[in-house]
Amino acid sequence: MPTVSKGDGMRGLAVFISDIRNCKSKEAEVKRINKELANIRSKFKGDKALDGYSKKKYVCKLLFIFLLGHDIDFGHMEAVNLLSSNKYTEKQIGYLFISVLVNSNSDLIRLINNAIKNDLASRNPTFMNLALHCIANVGSREMAEAQKQICFLTWICSCFQGVVTAATSLITTLAQKSPDDFKTSVCLAVARLSRIVTSASLDLQDYTYYFVAAPWLSVKLLRLLQCYPPPEDAALRSRLTECLETILNKAQEPPKSKKVQHSNAKNAVLFEAIALIIHHDSEPNLLVRACNQLGHFLQHRETNLRYLALESMCTLASSEFSHEAVKTHIETVINALKTERDVSVRQRAVDLLYAMCDRSNSKQIVAEMLSYLETADYSIREEIVLKVAILAEKYAVDYTWYVDTILNLIRIAGDYVSEEVWYRVIQIVINQDDVQGYAAKTVFEALQAPACHENLVKVGGYILGEFGNLIAGDPRSSPLVQFNLLHSKFHLCSVPTRALLLSAYIKFINLFPEVKGTIQDVLRSDSQLRNADVELQQRAVEYLRLSCIASTDILVSKNSAKRASSPSLGFNDALNLNSTPSSGASLLVDVFTDLSNPAPTEGSDEHFTRFVCKNNGVIYENQLLQIGLKSEYRQNLGRIYVFYGNKTSTQFLSFSTSVTSNDLLTPQLNVQVKPVDPLIEAGAQLQQILNIECVSDFSEAPVLNIQFRYGGTLQNITVKLPVMLNKFFQPTEMTSQDFFQRWKQLGAPQQEVQKIFKAKNQMDTDVAKAKLLGFGVALLDGVDPNPANFVGAGIIHTKTTQVGCLLRLEPNTQAQMYRLTLRTSKESVSQRLCELLSEQF
Amino acid sequence: MMQFMLLFSRQGKLRLQKWYVPLSDKERKKISRDLVQTILARKPKMCSFLEWRDLKIVYKRYASLYFCCAVEDQDNELITLEIIHRYVELLDKYFGSVCELDIIFNFEKAYFILDEFLLGGEAQETSKKNVLKAIEQADLLQEEAEAPRSVLEEIGLT
Repeated sequence: MPTVSKGDGMRGLAVFISDIRNCKSKEAEVKRINKELANIRSKFKGDKALDGYSKKKYVCKLLFIFLLGHDIDFGHMEAVNLLSSNKYTEKQIGYLFISVLVNSNSDLIRLINNAIKNDLASRNPTFMNLALHCIANVGSREMAEAQKQICFLTWICSCFQGVVTAATSLITTLAQKSPDDFKTSVCLAVARLSRIVTSASLDLQDYTYYFVAAPWLSVKLLRLLQCYPPPEDAALRSRLTECLETILNKAQEPPKSKKVQHSNAKNAVLFEAIALIIHHDSEPNLLVRACNQLGHFLQHRETNLRYLALESMCTLASSEFSHEAVKTHIETVINALKTERDVSVRQRAVDLLYAMCDRSNSKQIVAEMLSYLETADYSIREEIVLKVAILAEKYAVDYTWYVDTILNLIRIAGDYVSEEVWYRVIQIVINQDDVQGYAAKTVFEALQAPACHENLVKVGGYILGEFGNLIAGDPRSSPLVQFNLLHSKFHLCSVPTRALLLSAYIKFINLFPEVKGTIQDVLRSDSQLRNADVELQQRAVEYLRLSCIASTDILVSKNSAKRASSPSLGFNDALNLNSTPSSGASLLVDVFTDLSNPAPTEGSDEHFTRFVCKNNGVIYENQLLQIGLKSEYRQNLGRIYVFYGNKTSTQFLSFSTSVTSNDLLTPQLNVQVKPVDPLIEAGAQLQQILNIECVSDFSEAPVLNIQFRYGGTLQNITVKLPVMLNKFFQPTEMTSQDFFQRWKQLGAPQQEVQKIFKAKNQMDTDVAKAKLLGFGVALLDGVDPNPANFVGAGIIHTKTTQVGCLLRLEPNTQAQMYRLTLRTSKESVSQRLCELLSEQF
Repeated sequence: MMQFMLLFSRQGKLRLQKWYVPLSDKERKKISRDLVQTILARKPKMCSFLEWRDLKIVYKRYASLYFCCAVEDQDNELITLEIIHRYVELLDKYFGSVCELDIIFNFEKAYFILDEFLLGGEAQETSKKNVLKAIEQADLLQEEAEAPRSVLEEIGLT
């Protein structure tokens, strides 16, 4: 055990420390410490006032116990008491205890502050010293202001080196906070710096550290100069430049000592000077020299220097003057990346590669970073992934390379690819048409690897769902193959990925009708329909239903985010939330349940009449088949969606339909029938679209013929298609003045048709209103002096002409009769409309 | 500026801790634990600098003790390395061929020497001669019973 010969021994303390060190186990140590703590506690609480020496000894012991790692919850008061002692050693121990153990939140701060104030006020410099130390290390706000001023003045007129060093630190911190106040310090700093740098080795003896003149002060002055922009005064600027050049020159000279301390000190000044040069960013000559110097260091023997060189070069790379110079070292940096054993140095190399990347070397750098990623430390992978993604996107000349890079990223470090990265790649693929096919192909190939990362499945699922059709031509990537590939990964994925895959499947159904059956089987399986996760179950159910009843057109309009939504059909749409309700009082066809209204059987015309004022409903039903309709009309065009529902548990085979019109009707009305599947599964529904064009006004109706084979027997059904003239009505609003004017204009006998008839149903105003609106006219209020009468106007659109129509319906509730007057510019139109409308009441 | 300095043994025992930023006890303990583990995990030939949280750590191993400083982002690492070396030199001169035991038994002296050299996280007196002189004076003061004479007078500076 070394003997302590200097100063006051405090032998008790030495004994205590030896005891602790001799303890054989942790428990023994704790026991000894507790014994001592109890002893000290009793001494502090005791009646006898402790003398200064004992107090000092005990406080010191407490400090030691604290340093061992145990908490001290008493003794602070005694330490503060020591502060007010007159003896230097006691004060010293008191201050030491305070600075180690007390932080600024303690209650004793006020007492401590008082003690410090007293010491500062005392004339005794040593006491002032201790007090200042405490302030500096513990940091009380009140003392700060006074220090600022004192310090600055001292600095300006001091030639005492040590003080200057200390003061410079303070000035630097203050200059960072309020640079304008300390502008004059720049000039002084440059002066002092040049004195140091150009000094002969005999000056500044005391402050020469291993043959380097005052390294700490030089570094501090250079730091201070970094708080300010390059000096405006030309003389000052040139002096500074001279300084920096001298420093750079010194770096080239042979070393004066073999010791590492010498080179460390010398290089410390050099690095700080380079930092200043980079900060100023104004002298291209200096920047290039700095870059070259750093380039040398990149291959230095010492790891520390290589590390620092890489770090400094990072900042250098962002300056426009030196960017090119930095790029010349790319091979060295890449080599460092591959061969350095120290992970922190490799990390610096990655940062530098990222900083020096631009269009000319992006491919090379990204390739290197990717190969590094394969063996990189796990803690830094996420950062590297992000860097590679950013570089790939920023400098991608053609997007195929970008797609390749990101897919590689996912393959190598899939876990660390955050969501933003793969969202971005999908965003880019969707917006760049020319890369879509390539992306689909690459993703398809990547998915064939036996073990794919889940992120790859997500990206692959999305891209194949959107653009799988681009590669479907090749038999190796036919739709079925694509689907099987995706589905093979299905069970390995987490819930969000599975949800994404289900969406991809419905997109497949849209793109490739031939795999519809296979996919439907998958959706129909219990594992989907009864899946524990609500999201998956909902998607499976809805997609299955959607695939069964919808035609490709609907799916296209609903699924694709790119295309504008087609006019809504008003039935329960699971995906499109912007459905506009159908006009008037028409019924909605409920896709999932049967209608409650009894449907007419074959041959009856009743259904036909029902459809005059409404567009949707069931038009026919028997034991086997239910036919529903949804129609929409615009001007002289119309479209009817016919739904054939198989009510049985047997398939309908050889299903075919046709629409026939008699000779009169054929030129007046064009009906185009879209082809339909010859097979309707049991319980399934088939949809057919009929496009209608009204060429001229007509009074007949086309007939829909249906034929199919059910269980061996051939079925034949005919239904009158409810297409009437009023379907092509466009309601027209007008003022009463206009109305009467036109009414008079249409006064010719053939233009008017009037009918008086008995009301068939109960006379109800609202029902009548609804019927008139359903008929297609606009109801005009305030035209007829009698409020009970109805007045309407509209235009019949045909391909050849447009016929304006005015009507007036006068109910006579007492007699339960109506008088209907119709005036149009064409007799046949008036006739037909009157006929149609009168049947409704 | 230096935020803190830790000295610890190969077994992870803290021999000295000097903090220049206000932190609660709990935080200090946590930082010390984390940092000691990180540094002890490093191999001998590795670089003396590393990035840890948002600080730069500069460390060097002298015999059985690790000297570890945490500096801020803009600070110069090499000069910090030399600060550590200067401190070791001071200890060496004072104790005469210093070893870990000296620091254990005279921890308060180690603190005093550090305080003479570093102030508020920055080096305040870089002349070895002056620091050691100041410490000697302080030691003399300890032996005096009465009020001490002005130290500055003694070194002849006022």
